[in-house]
Amino acid sequence: MLAFVLRRLASAVPTLFIVVTISFFLMRFAPGGPFNLERPLPPATMENLMRAYQLDQPLWRQYLTYMSNALTGDFGPSYIYKDNSVAELIGKGLPYSMELGFYALLLALVGGVIVGTIAALRQNSALDFAVMSVATVGVTVPNFVVGPVLTLIFAITLAWLPAGGWGDGSLRFLILPMIALALPQLAVFARLTRGSMIEALRTDHIRTARAYGLPAKSVVVVHAMRGAMLPIVSYLAPCAAALLTGSAVVETIFTIPGVGRYFVLGAINRDYTLVMGTVVLIAIFVIVFNLLVDILYGLLDPRVRHD
Amino acid sequence: MENTKTMEPILAVRDLKVSFTTPDGDVNAVKGISLDVRPGETLAVVGESGSGKSQTMMGIMGLLASNGRVTGSARYRGQEMVGLPPKALNEIRGAKITMIFQEPMTSLDPLYPIGKQIAEVIVHHRGGSQREARPRVLELLKLVGIPDPERRIDSYPHEMSGGQRQRVMIAMALANEPDILIADEPTTALDVTIQAQILKLLRDLQKRFDMAIVLITHDLGIVRHFAERVVVMRRGEVVEQGATAEIFENPKADYTRMLIEAEPHGRKVAPADNAPIILEGRNVVVDYKIDGGFLKKRANTFRAVDNVSISLHEGQTIGIVGESGSGKSTLGRALLRLIASKGAYRFGKTDISELDRAGMRPLRRSMQVVFQDPYGSLSPRQTVGEIITEGLYVHEPQLSRAERDKRAIEALKEVGLDPSARNRYPHEFSGGQRQRIAIARAMILKPQAVILDEPTSALDRSVQGQVIELLRDLQSRHGLSYVFISHDLSVVRAMSDYVVVMKDGRIVEEGPTDAIFNAPKADYTRTLIGAAYNIGP
Repeated sequence: MLAFVLRRLASAVPTLFIVVTISFFLMRFAPGGPFNLERPLPPATMENLMRAYQLDQPLWRQYLTYMSNALTGDFGPSYIYKDNSVAELIGKGLPYSMELGFYALLLALVGGVIVGTIAALRQNSALDFAVMSVATVGVTVPNFVVGPVLTLIFAITLAWLPAGGWGDGSLRFLILPMIALALPQLAVFARLTRGSMIEALRTDHIRTARAYGLPAKSVVVVHAMRGAMLPIVSYLAPCAAALLTGSAVVETIFTIPGVGRYFVLGAINRDYTLVMGTVVLIAIFVIVFNLLVDILYGLLDPRVRHD
Repeated sequence: MENTKTMEPILAVRDLKVSFTTPDGDVNAVKGISLDVRPGETLAVVGESGSGKSQTMMGIMGLLASNGRVTGSARYRGQEMVGLPPKALNEIRGAKITMIFQEPMTSLDPLYPIGKQIAEVIVHHRGGSQREARPRVLELLKLVGIPDPERRIDSYPHEMSGGQRQRVMIAMALANEPDILIADEPTTALDVTIQAQILKLLRDLQKRFDMAIVLITHDLGIVRHFAERVVVMRRGEVVEQGATAEIFENPKADYTRMLIEAEPHGRKVAPADNAPIILEGRNVVVDYKIDGGFLKKRANTFRAVDNVSISLHEGQTIGIVGESGSGKSTLGRALLRLIASKGAYRFGKTDISELDRAGMRPLRRSMQVVFQDPYGSLSPRQTVGEIITEGLYVHEPQLSRAERDKRAIEALKEVGLDPSARNRYPHEFSGGQRQRIAIARAMILKPQAVILDEPTSALDRSVQGQVIELLRDLQSRHGLSYVFISHDLSVVRAMSDYVVVMKDGRIVEEGPTDAIFNAPKADYTRTLIGAAYNIGP
C-alpha cells in the first residue's frame, strides 16, 4: 500500500511538469499580453514594464526562470494585482473556496446518492420520473441562472438569508452559494447513482441475497449499495477537485473572496503568472484526489486491492 | 426412500402461471403448471432454454424480475407462497427452501469474504452474531469439501475457482438445514470432472440432511443418473412427468422422445492413412506473460501449451478434449498463427513458422475458425450479409457487388438459412441460427481447414444436434478438415475420428476415437470419461 502511494506520487512529478510546460507555452502563444490595455500605453512605459517583469527576454529563458523559481515555491508576482504575489493571492483565497467547496461536495454527494437510490428503487414510477426530471434541470440550468434566482427568492423576496459576501463565515452566508455550486453536481451524482443502483440490483448476487431471505434493507444497503458506489467514487475525484478550487461564476455572484475567479480573470487579462499558479493548484488537486479515490476504491473492492 | 411415493408432498404447485409485461405486450413464460415435490426425493425439471423451467422456481421464490407476475398456487407444507408478503416469504427463503444457481462466478457478492456471506444467512434466520456463527460456517465449509477452511473462510469469491464457489453456495444453501434445495443448472458452467464432484456432493448431503432436491437442467445425462422423477417442460407447459426410468425407457410425448434422441450420435470415419497433411504444428509452445505491472520487474510466464505436436490430415476431424485451462483453445489459436508461439508450423506444403501477419494473409482464406459464442462473435451493427461477405473484400477483391451477393446467398443456403437472412441483423436470430451464420462466414471463403472452438457449447441439445449434422454434411461435401475443440465428450465422440486429450497444456493421450473412448489408457482420460457418463455413486 505504502509502495503504491509512493509510486503514484512519484509519477505525479512528470505529470505536473508536463501540465505546467504546456500551459506556459499555450498562454504565451495567445495573442496580447498583460499590459495591452484598451488605451495603449506609451512605448517607453511599455518597455519599462516588460523589462521589470523580464518579459523582454527570450521565451526559453523566461520558461527556465519560471520553472526554477516554481521549484522553490515562488510563482512570481501577479501582473494585475500588482501588490501581491501569486502565492499570496492563492494562499488568501483558497481557504474560502475550499470551505465552500467542501460543503457543496458534501451536499452534492449525500443528496445525489439519496435521490438516485430512491429513483432506482422506484424505477419507472412517477416519483422516479419527477426526481430525475429535476436532476436533468439541475444539470442543464447553468449556475449563473440558479445563483441570481436563489438570491432573488431567498435573499430579496423572503429576506431569509444574506445575498452575498462571506460575513463572519457562518452557515447563513454559505447556504445560497453552496446550493448554487452543488446543484449541477448533485444532479450528476443522482443520475450516476440511479444507473449503477439499477444495474447492481439486477446482478446475480443480489438475486442470491433475496433468495436467502435477507431483508430488503440489507439487500439494498449492504449488497447493492456498496457495489453501486464504485462509479460514484470514480467521479468523486474530478468533482472534488473542481469544487474545492472554487467557481468563478458562483464566487462572483455571491462575492466570495475565493480563488475561483483568478483563473478566468487571469486568462482574460493575460496575467501569465496568475493563470500558471491556478493551473498548478488545480493539477495538484486533481492528482491528489485521484490518488485518494484509487485508495478508496481498493478499500471498497477487494478485487482491485493494491499490494 | 422407497416410500416417498406415498408421502404427502412438501411443495405442491398447482396451475402456476408466470407472465412478464414487456413493451410488446404480455409474455406468458409459464402457462399453468402443476407438480409435487416429495420429502427427500430428487425431482428433475427438464427443458430447453425458454421452456420456463427456471421461471417456475423463480416465481415460487418471489425472485422474478420487476416486470414479472406469478399467479396460481404453490404450497409449502400447506402454506401458500404465491402472494405471500416479503416478510413472511423471507422466513421460508434461505431457511426452509434454498437455492443454488448456474453462475457460480457471479452468484456471490464480490465485495465480501465468503465466510461473512454464509454467516449473514445464518445470523438472519437464527439470530446471534457473525462471530457466534463462525464455527458453524467452518463446519459447513468442511462439509462441502473446501480445503483448509480456517484460511478460506476469509477469502473473497474472486480468489476461488468456479467449483469452489459452487461449493460455497452449497454451504450457504445447507446452513439452515432446508427441506428443499432448488438447484438451477448447478453444474452447467463447470468442467465435467468438477460437475461429477459437485453432483456427488449434493447426493451425499441430500442423504445426510434428508432434503428434497429440485434439479433444473437441460442435461439428460445428469437427470438419468441423479433424479428419481422427471418433469419435462416445453414452452411453459408440462409435457410429461413420471419416474426417471420410465420416461427414458418409454417416453410418451414426442417432445421427450426428441430430447432423448437429440443426444449426439453417429461416428466419423477416419480418412485413408495416406491422406496428405493439411495443417501441422510441431513442438508447439505458448507462453503467456503474467502481468508484472508498471515499474515491476518480475514478470512471470505461464506455459499454456507445452510442447504439443499435432497433424491434421485432409478430410480428418481431430477432437481436442480438455477442461478449462487445459490449453486446448490456445493450441487452436497457435495452429492458426493467431497468437505468438514457438514451434514449427506448416500448411499443406508451405512452411508457415516464420510468416508474419502480411505473409499469413493469403493463406487465411484456407484456414478458418468458428468460435463458441454465437452472441459475441457477430457484430451487432452489421447485417448478416455484410458479416459473411467481409472476408471476400480481403481475399477476392475483384468480385462485383452482384457476385458477392450471389456468394452470400449460396453460403446461407449451404448452412440451411433462408437467403433473405442476409438483409437482417444478428439479434433477430436464435443462438443456433447465429452459429449457422458464423459457419457461413467461414465457408464462403471455401476453406480447407477449419478450427471449431466449442461451436456447440452454448446451444441447446436439440439445436446442437442440428449444427453437428450441418458441420458433418459440409465436411463430406467439400472434403474439409476440422480441428474440433470441445469439453463435451459426447459431441467430440460423434464428430471426430481422432481424439487428443489435453491437461495443463500437455497431451495426456491421443488416438483413434473408438480406442480412446473404449479403452482409455491414461488415468485422466478415464476420470474424464467416467465423469461424463457415469454420474452417480
